[in-house]
Amino acid sequence: MTAEQTHIERETGKVLSRMGRKKGDLVPILQQLQQRLGYLPRQAMAEIARSLNIPEMDVYGVVTFYNQFRLTPPGRHSIRVCLGTACHMKGGYITLDAWKRRLDIGPGEITPDREFDLDTVACVGCCAMAPVTVVDDKAQGEVTPTRVDGILLPFQPEKEKEDGKDR
Amino acid sequence: MGKTGDSGPPQGGAPAFPEIRSRALARWHKLWDSGKPLILVGTATCGRAAGAMEVLRAIKEELGRQDLDCSVVEVGCMGHCYAEPIVTISKPGYPPICYGHVNEVIAGRLVREFIAGDDPCLEFVLGALEENELVPSFSDFPRARFERRIILKNCGYIDPTDIDHYLARGGYAALAKALGMPPEEIISEVKSAGLRGRGGGGFPTGEKWETCLRSPGRPKYVICNGDEGDPGAFMDRAILESDPHSVIEGMLIAGYASGARHGYIYVRAEYPLAVARVRTALRQARKLNLTGKNILGSNFSFDIRLFSGSGAFICGEETALIASIEGKPGIPRYRPPYPAVKGLNGKPTVINNVKTLACVRHIIENGAGWFAGIGSGKSKGTAVFALAGKVVSTGLAEVPMGTTLRQLIFDVGSGITGGKRFKAVQVGGPSGGCLPESALDLPIDFDSLQAAGAMMGSGGMVVLDEDDCMVELARYLTEFTQRESCGKCTLCRLGTKQMQEVLGEITAGKGRPGDIDMLIELAEDIKAGSLCGLGKTAPNPVLSTLRYFRDEYEVHLKEGRCPALMCRDLIAYYIIPERCERSCDACVGTCTMEAISTDKKRIKVIDQEKCVKCGTCLDACPPQYSAVVKLSPPDRVPA
Repeated sequence: MTAEQTHIERETGKVLSRMGRKKGDLVPILQQLQQRLGYLPRQAMAEIARSLNIPEMDVYGVVTFYNQFRLTPPGRHSIRVCLGTACHMKGGYITLDAWKRRLDIGPGEITPDREFDLDTVACVGCCAMAPVTVVDDKAQGEVTPTRVDGILLPFQPEKEKEDGKDR
Repeated sequence: MGKTGDSGPPQGGAPAFPEIRSRALARWHKLWDSGKPLILVGTATCGRAAGAMEVLRAIKEELGRQDLDCSVVEVGCMGHCYAEPIVTISKPGYPPICYGHVNEVIAGRLVREFIAGDDPCLEFVLGALEENELVPSFSDFPRARFERRIILKNCGYIDPTDIDHYLARGGYAALAKALGMPPEEIISEVKSAGLRGRGGGGFPTGEKWETCLRSPGRPKYVICNGDEGDPGAFMDRAILESDPHSVIEGMLIAGYASGARHGYIYVRAEYPLAVARVRTALRQARKLNLTGKNILGSNFSFDIRLFSGSGAFICGEETALIASIEGKPGIPRYRPPYPAVKGLNGKPTVINNVKTLACVRHIIENGAGWFAGIGSGKSKGTAVFALAGKVVSTGLAEVPMGTTLRQLIFDVGSGITGGKRFKAVQVGGPSGGCLPESALDLPIDFDSLQAAGAMMGSGGMVVLDEDDCMVELARYLTEFTQRESCGKCTLCRLGTKQMQEVLGEITAGKGRPGDIDMLIELAEDIKAGSLCGLGKTAPNPVLSTLRYFRDEYEVHLKEGRCPALMCRDLIAYYIIPERCERSCDACVGTCTMEAISTDKKRIKVIDQEKCVKCGTCLDACPPQYSAVVKLSPPDRVPA
């Protein structure tokens, strides 16, 4: 077993030990585990199915039904572009294009260096500040293509510093 | 903050309600009347997006530097989202004054000049909370004539993480009163108040409760539907973040009246702050025995759990929401039986929207007659709307039912931004419709809007101006429903996909004759062939835009032109050489694609191959030149 697998097993066990074993506990279990791991690996889903005594497919079905759950590890920083009605009409789709160009990935993808993941979100309810992009859980208002570059700026030195350390 | 709530008497000791309340009042008065200045900072999600947390930190730091004794309290959202971040200062000798568009610099100045000095910095004032001689108060605002704050009463005035603030403002008194009434009496009170579901359906709330009370099966449940999925709507978020106890109190009364034992508050995943605020509120209510066993010494027991959604629009539909709590994918089922008969775990379940539940305490407190006296015809009470889009005063507004759209948009919302012309208002999210200028004098109530081809929905209102393309809006909303369709019904799953593709082609200038008829045919089929509200209402945006803006569809189809200059495939950006100022380089510097170059005469030229049509150059071009224009169709750009 790799270190990663051991980690997943330990975290899954921790969450399961605190929660009930009913089918109604499935979504909260998945939410808590994703909070710890950042995503829901296959190994964890299988373990949850065993523990709740339900078919693995039922777990997978729930995970893929809801937008919030991810099957792949997230990037270090998450960029979520709001595409609610107000954001769309104020140019949210143009902002999304700018993010796609800058990060060179599409929604649902992660940059090769795992620094950023990009996704869209239905509406974060900050319509008064449209167009909105949520950067690492902080909603940023009036994000136009020029502000995209501005938001990315502080991440650059952080990355370079890290890279320097690695070397 | 939240200290008293956390150090309340141990459970089982059942403190009497008057005791709980008088302690809360004492703390509240100490906060407001102790002679110490008080600063309120609005830190709901909209405030945070505008920088409220940075403002809060700046205030605290400056208070520290100046060594000032001053209380700082985080409050929710007042509804004036256009002016966030908002700070309110109450200083002895002055009325409580509210400041808008506060940044860290202004925050520092307010502390130095108003708290430390005696200059109330009138240049940053938004309005005063009460009438006075010094500054205009909110009640002097033109919009105040149309507003009536009932369920938003506490929002932005109290600390949502401190139950004592809610108690001091009359909170939980309705619960205490209700516990002394027979459940049937509460139901008949709610019925004669004429309260109807605020989630969009408009079903009479009292009838729902009565059905649940009379239906066999135990335990019964009450679910608060806080899965506000309509894009463009944020009323429930603001209420849950700013005044969570008003919803909890409503749930408790609903539970008592309908014979329920357990409650769930279902909050959508995209609202992390609302989830946190509700969690805190529930913990504090439990400490004071306002939930749990033998509430306030009565024989009524009720517990409430928080359930966080996982990001599926369809879960706003009640049967899908129940499936989601049961641990299944959120796929709706056929009704009847309605949840009030057979709901969560097959037991009778009341599902009410956040705003519906927030109304309950006011009905119990003030009586059915009072509530029924507000509003119009068959729609009683107030409606809370989220104003967004091209309107000046974006934010929340609570108005009596029967207020017209014109009053809401032009008087409360202060009209259209940038002096543009009103075109339409998108009401009720993806299930609603777009209403044109001719519909502006419609009274806002459950029935009138439906007749006009829209619906009240949960209350999201996105205002659109002359720059917004109705075909593109219909395409966007159809794409949204298509993506969120759970896939159970074929016509909803595939019909919306077809519609989306047809609309996509029209907005790309590739539409074909007969497309409009095809859209209408698809719309009828999807309506007829879908089980739940999502599918049945999915064609509404297309049908309502076709009804009121058919000419726009025709121009797209026949001329390959977008009259609103929005559809990107049908426009091009062009710099008019005669207007371009040679010494100005504003557009060149802002172009993120480096698509703008300067020719020999220092006139700027856009390279159409490189241009991604983001519009940054148009915004950057100084208004005195207005050299950048959009042309449609794109081949109008001179070679």
